[in-house]
Amino acid sequence: MSRMRQDANVAEPRPLRRKNPVLRTRRPTLPPSARSRIALGLTAAAARGRLELQVCQDCDAVQYPAREACRACLSDRLVWRLQSGRGELSAETVLHAAQELFFRERLPWRIGLVHLDAGADVIAYLHEKVSAAPCRVRVEAALDRAGQAVLVAVPDQGRSDLSDDAKLREMTCDPRGRKVLVTDGKSPLGQAAVRALAAAGADLVWVGEAEPWKKAAGFEGLRALPQATIVPLDVTDSRSVRELAGEIGAKVDILVNTADCHRTSAVAARRGVEIAQLEMDINYFGLLRLAQEFAPPLKARAADGSASATAWVNVLSVFALSNYPPHGTYSASKAAALSLSQALRAELRPAGVRVINLFPGPIDDDWDQLVLPPKITPAAVAAALVEALKGSVEDVYPGEVAQDWCARYLDNPKVLERELTEEAQ
Amino acid sequence: MARAAYDDVVLAAPVTVPYVRYSIRGAHWFLGRALARLIAAAKIPKTRIDGLAAASFTLAPDTAVGLTQHLGLTLRWLDHVPMGGASAIVSIRRAARAVQGGDAEIVACIAGDTNHTDSFRRNTAAFSQFARDAVYPYGSAGPNANFALLTAYYMRTYGARREDFGKLCVAQRNNALKNPLALFKQKLTLDQYLNARLIADPLRLYDCVMPCAGAEGFLVMPRQTAERLGLRFARLLGAVERHNAFPDDPVQYRAGWALDRDQLYAQAGVGPEEIDFVEAYDDYPVINVLQLEDLGFCGKGQGPEFIRANTFEVEGTFPLNTSGGQLSVGQAGAAGGHLGVVEAIRQLTGQTLGARVADARRGLASGFGMINYDRGICCGAVVLAAA
Amino acid sequence: MRASRRTATPTAQAGKNPAPARDGGRTAIDLRAQLRAVVAAGGVRLVDLTQTLSPAFPPIVLPPEMGQSRPFRMEQISRYDEGGPAWYWNNLSFGEHTGTHFDAPIHWISGRDLPGNAVDTVPIGHFIAPACVIDCSAQARADADFLLTVDHLAAWEKRHGRIARGSWVLMRTDWSKRTDPVAYQNLDDTGQHTPGPDPDCVRFLVNDRDVLGFGTETIGTDAGQAAHFTPPYPCHYYMHGAGKYGLQCLCNLDLLPATGALVVAAPLKILQGSGSPLRVFAIVPARADPSRSKRRAARDPSRSAP
Repeated sequence: MSRMRQDANVAEPRPLRRKNPVLRTRRPTLPPSARSRIALGLTAAAARGRLELQVCQDCDAVQYPAREACRACLSDRLVWRLQSGRGELSAETVLHAAQELFFRERLPWRIGLVHLDAGADVIAYLHEKVSAAPCRVRVEAALDRAGQAVLVAVPDQGRSDLSDDAKLREMTCDPRGRKVLVTDGKSPLGQAAVRALAAAGADLVWVGEAEPWKKAAGFEGLRALPQATIVPLDVTDSRSVRELAGEIGAKVDILVNTADCHRTSAVAARRGVEIAQLEMDINYFGLLRLAQEFAPPLKARAADGSASATAWVNVLSVFALSNYPPHGTYSASKAAALSLSQALRAELRPAGVRVINLFPGPIDDDWDQLVLPPKITPAAVAAALVEALKGSVEDVYPGEVAQDWCARYLDNPKVLERELTEEAQ
Repeated sequence: MARAAYDDVVLAAPVTVPYVRYSIRGAHWFLGRALARLIAAAKIPKTRIDGLAAASFTLAPDTAVGLTQHLGLTLRWLDHVPMGGASAIVSIRRAARAVQGGDAEIVACIAGDTNHTDSFRRNTAAFSQFARDAVYPYGSAGPNANFALLTAYYMRTYGARREDFGKLCVAQRNNALKNPLALFKQKLTLDQYLNARLIADPLRLYDCVMPCAGAEGFLVMPRQTAERLGLRFARLLGAVERHNAFPDDPVQYRAGWALDRDQLYAQAGVGPEEIDFVEAYDDYPVINVLQLEDLGFCGKGQGPEFIRANTFEVEGTFPLNTSGGQLSVGQAGAAGGHLGVVEAIRQLTGQTLGARVADARRGLASGFGMINYDRGICCGAVVLAAA
Repeated sequence: MRASRRTATPTAQAGKNPAPARDGGRTAIDLRAQLRAVVAAGGVRLVDLTQTLSPAFPPIVLPPEMGQSRPFRMEQISRYDEGGPAWYWNNLSFGEHTGTHFDAPIHWISGRDLPGNAVDTVPIGHFIAPACVIDCSAQARADADFLLTVDHLAAWEKRHGRIARGSWVLMRTDWSKRTDPVAYQNLDDTGQHTPGPDPDCVRFLVNDRDVLGFGTETIGTDAGQAAHFTPPYPCHYYMHGAGKYGLQCLCNLDLLPATGALVVAAPLKILQGSGSPLRVFAIVPARADPSRSKRRAARDPSRSAP
């Protein structure tokens, strides 16, 4: 560790927590992850930080647990709708015995039964700030370490974060006290991410830099951050990725992949594939190289104490959902990265490591110069990134354009495709 | 439409396949032993069994159908009853109408399960769709979590104390000490009950049944058949069942019996004050209390008072779970509900293994089960009388 | 640009006719005479002038909206493993102008129509040639934007004799000793700052000395700031416009004598290739060193004329 910080001309670094190297590293266990297909609707909404329950379109009855026919009128016209989650804690218990290893390792564990104002009764985790039953609470949906939705009751008043609760913190990927690798720390977004992560309490932020001979405004300022260490990383170079993984891979808790090559080429407007190849080499193959080298050590440390390996964040783009033709080849490369990140998510889930994808709309930088506002600033994307790590979500759409794009995509992806084609003409 | 009476339907040949904590055998073995004991007790060839109602949690991938071929039966009436602790009551209701209508003559009602070291975890992890989706992920504690919530609610709402539940457990243990087949052989003091290991607050070790392997069984037949065979029998006076009662109650503090008890006693022609003993479904002490209230032995919420005013040993003022109940004998899976019916038949026919309730003329056996999500769905009760 | 005429095969001429032949408008090297001189010197040493082709080697930097030349990348196919139990090999990707490389005339717009202007059609006789090494190391150390001028050449010729027709002119700057890629690229907000020839110098070498080509230790035969010259990138413009070649990212020029070395530079035979990374090395007569070559030139000023 000290060797890498030699050239940082900085204030005295904070003392890092060290682990006893003789102790066996704990293997990750997961909460029960089996769910019926219909129940996965809860997970799909929780992935975006939303509590949604089925509501009968014929009689308005709210359903829980998820089901195939309305419990009141048998209608099958059940749709998932956002809920406030407000209700009353009817009863609670503290478990001192559990069947599954995950819970056995974490006993005692507090759960309760909440009667939602909306009319359903739900079993939920209880945030430690929730008083004894009976009391008013608000139920939220979060993702547990198996990547499935669970309900959590928090006090009705005030703000209670999962990361405030000593046990529920494990459902977050809180950067506080952790070591983070930002794969491209030089771009405006990368720099903003480094600063935001340091401000969120990361112990150490490795700042990946390719092409050290190219200057970037603001980059030198990162050297003054006590938590920052600049490391060579070129995601187009397998050797570079392998060497860095060999050096720090076993220590990375959170990997934030900001490496991005964004050009503004449509399909036929420009001859030759070499720009598209560069976009793919960074946006898609870069992710693949990083995954091959950094995913295995991340998985091995997913249960390594309170500063465990916990998350992999990809900065994608709303263009990954539906191609934006003026940036056609770029959109395709981000779509390729999205698909690959789904595969990565499947491989990391059994270890309890979460893959979080951000889908910002056009960022206020050089490559979206000609895109009309609203555009999102790199700092805003970085803030959304940190918030996602401190929460319990998988799919993040920061900013107005991203939210709008996502809503249109979920409503009807084919219609969105057409709308974007109209815009391009 | 008035319900038809159960004229001349009788229950005979109460059998138990002794319980063991763990067994390497399959459920088919325990159910096979139960059937063998039934035909031995009734002194009939296997071919005389023409109806079968079977209940088990560990028979998969088989149901009663697989069991039929496995045990070499040829039947004209067959039912698989997946209702957990209510299966005995429901089996009786089905079999009774079958023999009354002449669709079957001798129906074997059997229930049994094996128990391996990981059976409990496997069974609870995939118990039902709702449990898998909305309960198990919250601590994987199985039914202990649900009944802890229910118990906590009941205590807070009606002022019950742990000492009240403890009194029931201690009494049942005293009853069990005379039962040679009970897995628990040591006396239980209230102090031990109160200070036992916490399972799920407020439930402690002796609030929970011990899952084990075993089987129970009995025969349902027309009275004339029992007399021709020279069998001692108990008469079926009344039987009710109710599933998913009070679905809008936020917490289950009452169950189906509350809806049907008047019907039950009307059909039986007796009131609760004429019942000499009660075999209640006792997976947790709080459920005993719900049955005492919902079956009319005391008012809703008056359970604690009732407990403090009575004694529940075989020789006490209110004999309850006279063989020890599941809490002291063990819970052989789906046979948990059959345990009470089999004990009731033994009491009423003078064939008790342990202590006998003096002058027992009428008894009530109750069933409850299937914590599908947050409450027991299935519910039922029978009133039996000595011949 | 001169009229072109293709020659007979070079092997034919080397053994028979001591007189220099015309080859595609450029002067052929009297290879036999050169080799004789080397043998007479009583032994040779070989000097590798090539940087190792590795992913770490910095590529040329262009504005992002232009097409980008690939840096050198290796993807391992197998290494005595499940991908190939008994063998190790790699797939490579690189631009034609990555690492130590050869520039052919077709690389520049001014040379686009010349015959034999691509790496697969460059006459094989041009792959071995004598080298004149111009030592600018002190000046380049002092000024990263140092420009080689006609005056510098004049001073050099005074010491070492006239630059022979058909020679490589190699600008030694010791830039290859900058192993830190940041220092090697030497970029700032105003672009790249590396030494090179000025326009007059290039014109002189092309028109007055009829050299084979120009070689440097930097990325680019032109100076880092050559975009601002008139014409922009004069070395590329004039050299390739005259059917001459370039060599870039050379190293170990400090181990060569000012004259007397033979440089072997044979690019890959790429279909219509504009250049290629290559292995370039020098055959140096064992007793030839900078001081000796100086004394020889003083004795016989006409010695280096072919």
